[in-house]
Amino acid sequence: MSENSVITAKDFKVDGSVKWCAGCGSFSVLSTIKNALSLTGVRKEDIVFVSGIGCSSRFPYYINTYGFHSLHGRATAIASGVKVANPNLSVWVVTGDGDSMAIGGNHFIHVIRRNININILLFNNKIYGLTKGQYSPTTPVGSVTKTSPDGTIENPFRPGELVMGAQGAFFARIVDTDPKMMKEVLVEAADHRGTTVVEILQNCVIFANKVHNEITGSDVKHDHQIYLKHGEPMIFGKNREKGLILKSNKFEVVTIGENGITVDDLAVHDSHDDSHSLHYMLARMSLPEFPVAMGVIRAVKNPVYESMLYEQVKANKATAKFKNVDELMRSGNTFMINEEK
Amino acid sequence: MGKKPNIVELEEVVVKFAGDSGDGMQLTGSQFSDTSAFIGNDLSTFPDYPSEIRAPQGTVAGVSGFQVHIGHKDVSTPGDLADVLVAMNPAALKANMKWVKAEATIIIDIDNFDDKNFKKAGYIEDPLNDGSLEGFNIIKAPITELTRATTNELGLDSKTADKTKNQFVAGILFFLFNRDISIGENFLQDKFKSKPELVEANEAVLHAGFNYAETIEAFSTTFLVNPAKNKKGLFRNISGNQATAWGLLAASERANIGLFLGSYPITPASEILQELSGMKHLDALTFQAEDEIAGICSAIGASFSGRLAVTSTSGPGLALKGEAIGLAVITELPIVIVNVQRGGPSTGLPTKTEQSDLLQALYGRNGESPVVVIAASSPANCFDYAYKAAKLALEHMSPVILLTDGYLANGSELWHIPEVKEMAEIGTRKVEDNHEEYFPYSRDEETLARMWATPGQEGMRHRIGGLEKADITGEVSHDPMNHQIMVEKRQEKINKVVNFIPEQEVLGEDSADLLVVGWGGTYGALFTAVSELQEEGHSISLAQFNYINPLPGNTEEVLKSFKKRVVCELNMGQFANYLRSKHPSYEYQQYNKVQGLPFMISELKIKFRELLEKI
Repeated sequence: MSENSVITAKDFKVDGSVKWCAGCGSFSVLSTIKNALSLTGVRKEDIVFVSGIGCSSRFPYYINTYGFHSLHGRATAIASGVKVANPNLSVWVVTGDGDSMAIGGNHFIHVIRRNININILLFNNKIYGLTKGQYSPTTPVGSVTKTSPDGTIENPFRPGELVMGAQGAFFARIVDTDPKMMKEVLVEAADHRGTTVVEILQNCVIFANKVHNEITGSDVKHDHQIYLKHGEPMIFGKNREKGLILKSNKFEVVTIGENGITVDDLAVHDSHDDSHSLHYMLARMSLPEFPVAMGVIRAVKNPVYESMLYEQVKANKATAKFKNVDELMRSGNTFMINEEK
Repeated sequence: MGKKPNIVELEEVVVKFAGDSGDGMQLTGSQFSDTSAFIGNDLSTFPDYPSEIRAPQGTVAGVSGFQVHIGHKDVSTPGDLADVLVAMNPAALKANMKWVKAEATIIIDIDNFDDKNFKKAGYIEDPLNDGSLEGFNIIKAPITELTRATTNELGLDSKTADKTKNQFVAGILFFLFNRDISIGENFLQDKFKSKPELVEANEAVLHAGFNYAETIEAFSTTFLVNPAKNKKGLFRNISGNQATAWGLLAASERANIGLFLGSYPITPASEILQELSGMKHLDALTFQAEDEIAGICSAIGASFSGRLAVTSTSGPGLALKGEAIGLAVITELPIVIVNVQRGGPSTGLPTKTEQSDLLQALYGRNGESPVVVIAASSPANCFDYAYKAAKLALEHMSPVILLTDGYLANGSELWHIPEVKEMAEIGTRKVEDNHEEYFPYSRDEETLARMWATPGQEGMRHRIGGLEKADITGEVSHDPMNHQIMVEKRQEKINKVVNFIPEQEVLGEDSADLLVVGWGGTYGALFTAVSELQEEGHSISLAQFNYINPLPGNTEEVLKSFKKRVVCELNMGQFANYLRSKHPSYEYQQYNKVQGLPFMISELKIKFRELLEKI
């Protein structure tokens, strides 16, 4: 057996330094991904990170796998080619809210629609960081930024809604401040066959510091997040005293013990539910009415693009009339001129 | 039965089929071409169709045409003017009158020549009676009526019946050109393999057309074009787009690397994507992307993964791909970009030909971004240049832009079928696992091509990207001197390609009064015009360039040996200006045309005679 039999996070360390701002949320994501990858059992030579442009997109330079730092918005298109050309690879896209939701919006929805087996890590810091502080497609309405001195007047995207709208089969949300949650979700994403989108609520310490604080702050996180797990009741709160029930097809926040509510009354998360209506509602939940949903919100087994493609290749090879280019060129109407026919 | 007509042997003949876009003129044209090839004629074809799928019936805008030039002598173009015109309605006649020879035979479907159709075509008077057709041999055939009469006996409704009208025309031509009608039957049996009921109807109409022509005495003379004198061997009729697709397949097989085409449908390049999408059994994968950008980006990804990566497009698509081509330049990944040029700018003339993307191909990117640019010059040699584009990309680790155009893409000609094993070997820069001296930007001395390590290989993990990289190691680098070195090396790598391409050929004397310079798809017309003037005793030669960047090593030598040079191209002078920048010691005359149409041999000869007189 080669050196690959046991790999650890250290195998993914690169020699050069990591050049994100001190305190950037991306550091914890990087170290968690190295951990998660060491748990997937994939050869490190078979892992490829593809990124677009933006702060988070420097990621491939900071992890010792095959890497491709590409063009603004195009990582998903490039990753599609990498994966389709060699389906044995474990392909990861690192992108940001500007990269995937604005300039790369088209490629983002189409890779999801095709369900190519790649993993998309969407670092959502709700700001353009690398270009120094312009608003992004996920910046909340009214935010004052360098290009919205009077507050933004655009409705932000919720990435989860786009994923579901594009018939996505896997959507998860994690926060950069919770390594345990990140690791669990990333391993599940790695194991899922099909396009996975993991939205990472990541803090930009310079241009949108604490933008997720209402969700991630240590004082509020238990009450403002609900970590969904497949097959488990939807429960949250500092003392795990709150939960979600389904009433007239809508979620409602309840307190256990009040009005006779018990744990058994709570809705149970089914991430495998083929219909995405509940997943859509979960992905949309926002403060202050609801906690923000974390964990794997949707994980459905759908046919995978490149598997179907290679099935077609196999079927075509089995029935092909011509097996090589010489035979192809001589198929159909050919004419022998000035020679015996 | 009429009396036996005279048979006149012709060296060459040009037939134009024209009708509504639903009249089946493309099919009749292909049938006529295939029959010609079957009996051994040399041939060249060109379809001419509107960009609307079904433009209003009976209008000039809706006329679809197909021109076939066949010869006992060598044929290099679809021909300037037609000897025989088939016009299925007044609009088809009106649209084509300026493209027929004096004394041409014009076969019309008289059933469609009524007031309603005159009006639609924009005729004020009946063209059959206004004297405009004097001198032509007009055959007023009741094509619709006789077709319906024939098919009625078979119980076909008139809508289906009208779809077989084109076979009535085919029947007339079989008679007119003294051809064995069983060849036409075989074509139909093959064409409608899955619909036997259509074979019977079409065959009946084919015979009806033949018998009609034999019976009426309008064809006092019929023609015979003997088999091509200078061709020998196994041939097929092939269009430029099909040849391009097959050239890529041949390269993939020869290099033993699976093909990947990432592409977005665009006229007139879509047939390349269509053709390759049916070639999975030959290890060709196609990815119909969501846009032009994803087309090339998926191909770049596939190239990183180690496939022979290709993207195909036309002018507007090339504009969208510019940024990604730059990425392939800086990451030094092999990729072939096929650009089937059409009339521009913007959407321009989607179904018409032009050569106006040359400068875009050479320079249309940010930064110092050199790529190899080559151009095919006939429908059939699209095969060779697609093959060469793949070979250059793989051996030099560079993007290669292959320029064809709408005229080559849709036109067809006889192609001598090669054998893959006889084609030039294709090496690649792939390396074995755990290669000890591997660095992303260490280079081969002869070509300056870097090594191609691909994901999955053990011991070769590395990262590439659009940020400038340090020489050899490939780490991100913003060092000023390093950037200078890398820019120069990328340029030098392209310059060195000159050592791997053939010298520029001159057709005619190496030293003469006038050198005609062309590039790419204008070859057929330029060659014919120059050859004819040479036969008349003029001191004139042709240099048709296929290698644009870099130019062949002997270009300076070729240019200097002539008293005068004229650069002919279907744009406003892009190659002329390129030559002025690369070989500034000479003066270049220009002959340019931007009408969405190929050069006519006659107009070229007028221009060349004029230039020759002034020497």
